[in-house]
Amino acid sequence: MGRYFVKRVLGTIPMMFVVSILIFLFLHMIPGDPARQMAGKEATEQELVQIRQELGLNDPLPNQYINYMDDLFHGDLGTSYKTGLPVSEMLLGRLKPTIQLMFSAMIWSVLLGIAIGVLSAVKRGKVADYVGMFLAISGISIPGFWLGLVLIQIFSVNLGLLPTGGLDSWQSYILPSLTLGCGIMAVLARFSRSSMLETMREDYVRTARAKGQREWLVVLRHAFRNSLVQVVTVAGLQIGGLLAGSVLVETVFSIPGMGRLLVDSIAFRDYKVIQAELLFFSLEYIVINLIVDLLYGVLNPKIRYQ
Amino acid sequence: MPEKLLLDVRHLRTEFTQGKKGSVVAVNDVTFQIEKGEILGLVGESGCGKSVTALSIMSLLKDTPGKITDGEVYLEGNNLLRCSEEEMRKIRGENVSMIFQEAMSSLNPAMRVNAQLVEAILLHTDKTKREAEEHALKMLGQVGIPDPARVGRSYPHQLSGGMSQRVMIAMAMSCDPHLLIADEPTTALDVTIQAQILDLMRKIQREIHTGILLITHDLGVVAEMCSRVIVMYAGRIVEEAPVQHLFYEPMHPYTKGLIASVPKLGSGVTSLPSIPGSVPDLSMMPPGCKFAPRCRYAQDRCREEEPPLVELSGGRKCRCVLVQDKEATVE
Repeated sequence: MGRYFVKRVLGTIPMMFVVSILIFLFLHMIPGDPARQMAGKEATEQELVQIRQELGLNDPLPNQYINYMDDLFHGDLGTSYKTGLPVSEMLLGRLKPTIQLMFSAMIWSVLLGIAIGVLSAVKRGKVADYVGMFLAISGISIPGFWLGLVLIQIFSVNLGLLPTGGLDSWQSYILPSLTLGCGIMAVLARFSRSSMLETMREDYVRTARAKGQREWLVVLRHAFRNSLVQVVTVAGLQIGGLLAGSVLVETVFSIPGMGRLLVDSIAFRDYKVIQAELLFFSLEYIVINLIVDLLYGVLNPKIRYQ
Repeated sequence: MPEKLLLDVRHLRTEFTQGKKGSVVAVNDVTFQIEKGEILGLVGESGCGKSVTALSIMSLLKDTPGKITDGEVYLEGNNLLRCSEEEMRKIRGENVSMIFQEAMSSLNPAMRVNAQLVEAILLHTDKTKREAEEHALKMLGQVGIPDPARVGRSYPHQLSGGMSQRVMIAMAMSCDPHLLIADEPTTALDVTIQAQILDLMRKIQREIHTGILLITHDLGVVAEMCSRVIVMYAGRIVEEAPVQHLFYEPMHPYTKGLIASVPKLGSGVTSLPSIPGSVPDLSMMPPGCKFAPRCRYAQDRCREEEPPLVELSGGRKCRCVLVQDKEATVE
């Protein structure tokens, strides 16, 4: 297990490098000129040249990348073209709401999604199955921004129970978290149902019944545990997408998080901020994939011992 | 009821629902007995209802479309089909155990071997966890596993097929069941390993006096292991006989065909005789004798009415009008 763990963790380092190069290249291929954005429409060609010079935009791309990485390793993410503040400071202020939102959405959606899936599989063809799958299909089909707006209309405007936006109290997390997690809950419910139905047909589940095990333990210890290997894969992909989903939810609920910052920065061609954000998004994806890989090892001894 | 009787299956009928089309009868009017400490062979082609019979006895048809619609299954006088799910749960593993063809996939891949044995032991005994662990090791040793401690710590994927089947047997025998149902226990194994597993089962039968229902399609295994044999065809028992009689003097045309199709060393025959045609589809059964379309002795009356399973002399039973006629003239 130890070796497997170390191998996986080390494997993420080259991946991070490749990702950083890709982000850098793509970003510089987007049309648009940060110097023009900074200086405004009335700026002369002379001023633009000077700004580009100051920002290092005239250097060859490889040099720009090396400088960027050099700064990165020294903990310097650069300075925002727009605000003139250090990027790290800007991100840090935005990190907390986004992470909190992500976790609150993740926890309920994963737990509820898997629970609905398992229940539907065990009660296949019964009322619980139909209710569960109705919820799941609704969750998959409803677009997030629309759900957000409807929830605001019902719970904030009509009933006045919850705030329409911002993150001032714990109540203000409820609607954004519901909006963000709904899709994941739905996908996981469907997936864990089919995965459970598959494992329930396995020979070892029959063995567990043949030895006289109680049905709920047959389901949990033998079927569920083994069905998780497949569920974890999908859960990882879905949770990885949460940060991207937060872009939308933060906009709908006017939450000052990283998603909103990204949208603003792209509009302004604020390269340094975009770069840092994308790097962070990729890091999140890589970390979650790493966790998924490690969970594989925990759940499936065959992988662990390879 | 005789003291020696262990399992008494009477008129067992199991049907499988097939969507809206209705249902097919996979096991029909199956009646047989096993005495204490006896090895009874149950042979037949794939799909003839051998495994469904076994699963029906265990009430393990959950998660299949199968349902027992008639009959009685007495285990030591106790009608299993009348038992509640909770009562049945206590009987499974304690009074009657089962091992399967695919031993490797029959073990939970995410649990260590000893944990799976301990689970079975704790379910049916008052042993503490530690005692159960010791008992598990003892069981692994008894089924001839050379290094029980190491195998106990292993996961199923680290074991060979033969080793997995030994583990399955150890698990099945861990609570001293009176009946062991072995569903094609050696089919997936190499010939040498097959012999070892069969030896092991014979040892269990001899030493612990466990009755064994041995399901197989391998007549060689039957000849070596069983005292009595039941032959099934299309969900019905077509012949029952002591093993010697069945091989030397098969009565039912299907049994004759089966035995004739076994290659014999040194017989000089270059091509093996085979039974023409194939097993009828369960949903399109012929009206009369189910074997009539493939039977070379078949007469018109065979195709009209299904013959009953009739008891003959010498503890034999046969479902064939021709055999019954012959027997009648002899008498």
